[in-house]
Amino acid sequence: MGVELATERPGFYEMADIDVSDSELVYHVRDALKSVSQGDSDRYNQLIAVMHYTGRLAPDEVAMLVTSLKALSGSISYIDIIHHESLLSSIFGMSMWNYGPDVMDALVELIISLAASNGKFVDSCLDMLVRNFMPPKSYLDLLGHPRGLARKHEVLDRVHSALSHIADLVPLAPMRLTPIILQRMPHMFDKEALIVIYVESMLLLESSALGELVGSTMLMALVDRLIDLDVEISWDDIIHEDSGKGIFDMELEDVDDIIDHAEIDGFEHPRGTAGSQILGTNAVADKLDSLMVLICEHLKSCADGERLTKVFETLLQSFWVTVLNAYKSKFSQFVMFYACSLDPEHCGERFAVFLADIFVCRTHPALTRMSAVAYLASYLSRGKFLPLSLIASTLKRLVDWCLEYCHVQNGEEKTINLEAHRVFYSGCQAIMYVLCFRMRSMMDSHRLKSQLLHMPLEPIFCHQLDPLKVCLPSIVEEFLRQAKAAHLFTVSETFLFNNLLESDLSKAFGGMERLDMFFPFDPCLLKKCDRFIRPSFVYWSMVKTTYDDGEDCSSEEDINEYFDGNGKSYMESGITRSLDEHDLDLDEFEYQLNKMSITPRNSLKNGLIFKLENPFRMPARIRPSTSPESL
Amino acid sequence: MEGLNVADANLAVYIHPSKAGKVSQAILRQLSTLLFKYIEVFDGVVLAYDVTFRDKNAKVLPGINSYFGVKLKAKMLLFSPKPDMLLEGKVVKLGKEALHVIVLGFSSACIAEEDIREEFHYRIKHGEEVFASTSHRRHVIKVGSMITFSVKSFDEEILHISGSLIPENTGSTKWLHKHVEEGSIVERSIKKQKQKDDRSKMQEHCTGILDNAGLSLNAEDQPKKTKSQRII
Repeated sequence: MGVELATERPGFYEMADIDVSDSELVYHVRDALKSVSQGDSDRYNQLIAVMHYTGRLAPDEVAMLVTSLKALSGSISYIDIIHHESLLSSIFGMSMWNYGPDVMDALVELIISLAASNGKFVDSCLDMLVRNFMPPKSYLDLLGHPRGLARKHEVLDRVHSALSHIADLVPLAPMRLTPIILQRMPHMFDKEALIVIYVESMLLLESSALGELVGSTMLMALVDRLIDLDVEISWDDIIHEDSGKGIFDMELEDVDDIIDHAEIDGFEHPRGTAGSQILGTNAVADKLDSLMVLICEHLKSCADGERLTKVFETLLQSFWVTVLNAYKSKFSQFVMFYACSLDPEHCGERFAVFLADIFVCRTHPALTRMSAVAYLASYLSRGKFLPLSLIASTLKRLVDWCLEYCHVQNGEEKTINLEAHRVFYSGCQAIMYVLCFRMRSMMDSHRLKSQLLHMPLEPIFCHQLDPLKVCLPSIVEEFLRQAKAAHLFTVSETFLFNNLLESDLSKAFGGMERLDMFFPFDPCLLKKCDRFIRPSFVYWSMVKTTYDDGEDCSSEEDINEYFDGNGKSYMESGITRSLDEHDLDLDEFEYQLNKMSITPRNSLKNGLIFKLENPFRMPARIRPSTSPESL
Repeated sequence: MEGLNVADANLAVYIHPSKAGKVSQAILRQLSTLLFKYIEVFDGVVLAYDVTFRDKNAKVLPGINSYFGVKLKAKMLLFSPKPDMLLEGKVVKLGKEALHVIVLGFSSACIAEEDIREEFHYRIKHGEEVFASTSHRRHVIKVGSMITFSVKSFDEEILHISGSLIPENTGSTKWLHKHVEEGSIVERSIKKQKQKDDRSKMQEHCTGILDNAGLSLNAEDQPKKTKSQRII
């Protein structure tokens, strides 16, 4: 007879019968499978043992594995789901990452044949392929090296083509595939490399032929995951209870202040110090960052492939369902921003119209409408790619709505119930916010200037409901300043802002969620995906205001020029702009970002002193997410 | 092709109050969740439906969520293959051990080697894998041909059919239509008429109902086309 193999592993075929033909092998395997039901499992167990070859395989072991797999492909109809359960679980447990291309090909062929031959195997086959989206945990570190990358391409190419073949043979397979993919998605606390490689495959599926069927589910699941991660990043790391800060302010705290703050508040962290808590959050932020980069790259390729409009509809739907109502989403919405920047004509406009529609529609809950208009205001202000005509027409819609609202209110109310009119106030604030950013550009355009001058802003702002008193003071202040410089309306001094304690009022309409202080498209603090956003983003420092007649001038000049009668100084804005001129040191920038705070920078001490001296400056209670405003 | 029939059904669809403003849309949406699924009550896979309202009034269910039940009459197009029925499908994969076929663009069928009669031998002709008949030279089955096969079993969950080419009246559909025996001419013409009837019925019900489904029974139907309109 043949010679026993001189290895530890029992050979399935006798080495002497080396030139046995393919069909004989197939019969051999068929016999092995058939004999199980008759009680003889020897050859069957040997077959299973071959499936379990692990580690570095010698060439003959590889050959054994390949021939066994091929023989199994030829004996599909003999494989019984009950009798051959252990063989099947061995096959489905194999990870393609552990083998070379020959074995991979044979394995994939077997999986495809199994799926096509019997409906009962389809789910397990799909599951096996989806599990192969990710390498074994031990392999994760190798991914950084060229050898690991090469293996990754080998595996993923085959996995995706296998999925597509199965879909060709079993038309309903994509329907079964979707829940499997969603179920196997790594948990958000899993390793970043694992999450990233899985999401890569999800996006690959979206752009493949199967994308038509499973693509939208993939995208929506991804946005859900983004929000999950987003929510884990605590606002405490970003905002600080601080006095004397407003939205258009450039003064930023010291980094040390933040740490001190944390300690003062007595943060008890399971992980230890305040420093490590920030680090812990950083891991989540990094994951979010990486995922957003992947999605942005994918959107770019969709745009290049002229698929963006269709993908955008899914994104919009997902935004509407998940992001819009998530409590103050921090960065996930930038995916929408980037998509709009890729196609301002269609997507950009669509987004603006979509948000405006939600705001004016009475059947939506108030919080949704307020959230929508906050998004709209921030979007119209920050989107460099947005045509002024669109901004103007959307503003007009808001203004018309507010005016209509005013006309409907005719009661002589002694005390105004702020909460009842919160949608109105948020609309007014939105109008003011957008005009703070865009007034100058609109005034510079002849046509839009006349449009703006004809907008019925006075009746709205001078109405009994008094939005100027209620809305966020810093916005009102900036708006009035610019309006005055632009001679937007004929207001007497009495209507100029002279509040002291009004931030309470804005909180009243903003509600517990503080939607009065929600500016979703404030600069993105995530390092990696920022490069996608930056080119299309309007920073406050880039904005020319209506009272800014001079070019870049020094702070003293500014201080002297813009002093109004009230004694309120425009010094803040002067300092604002002078700060802008500082080139923010990139390294320090990164360092600050790492601390997950608003990229603070050692502020000019002057600024702080000014604060104390100026009694008119309204301290905002909670600082909204502001930005490293300068470029 | 057997296995297709039109059934009349009396249905009641329960709709959430939030959809009270757009009842038709809600009903169609609810019914569309039945598509391409095997429904035990109907004993078949629902391919298409046509609804008419039975009653203008709907009964509101008591309870916290006051769903209301709309009564409908529906004509359903059902696909329910039973053993020994003859079905037609397009060959998508051909191998020595098995033949893979797709029926009506959504149902996958597999014919194993042992279920292919002795007459057919696996050959490689002109670089292409085929099953060629030994008794009739022109009777050839290859990838892309429409074949008629008989049903062995039907997996209701994944809608997978296990088929057989053993009976004499199975094989390439084109060839079978051309080369009929004397005795079976009448039988064939009856079958053809039935097919024509089924087809026209289906076309009636298909058009305008499933705007995107476009289930077409043309022999040249590509699986890809209908696949893209599948509802998931």
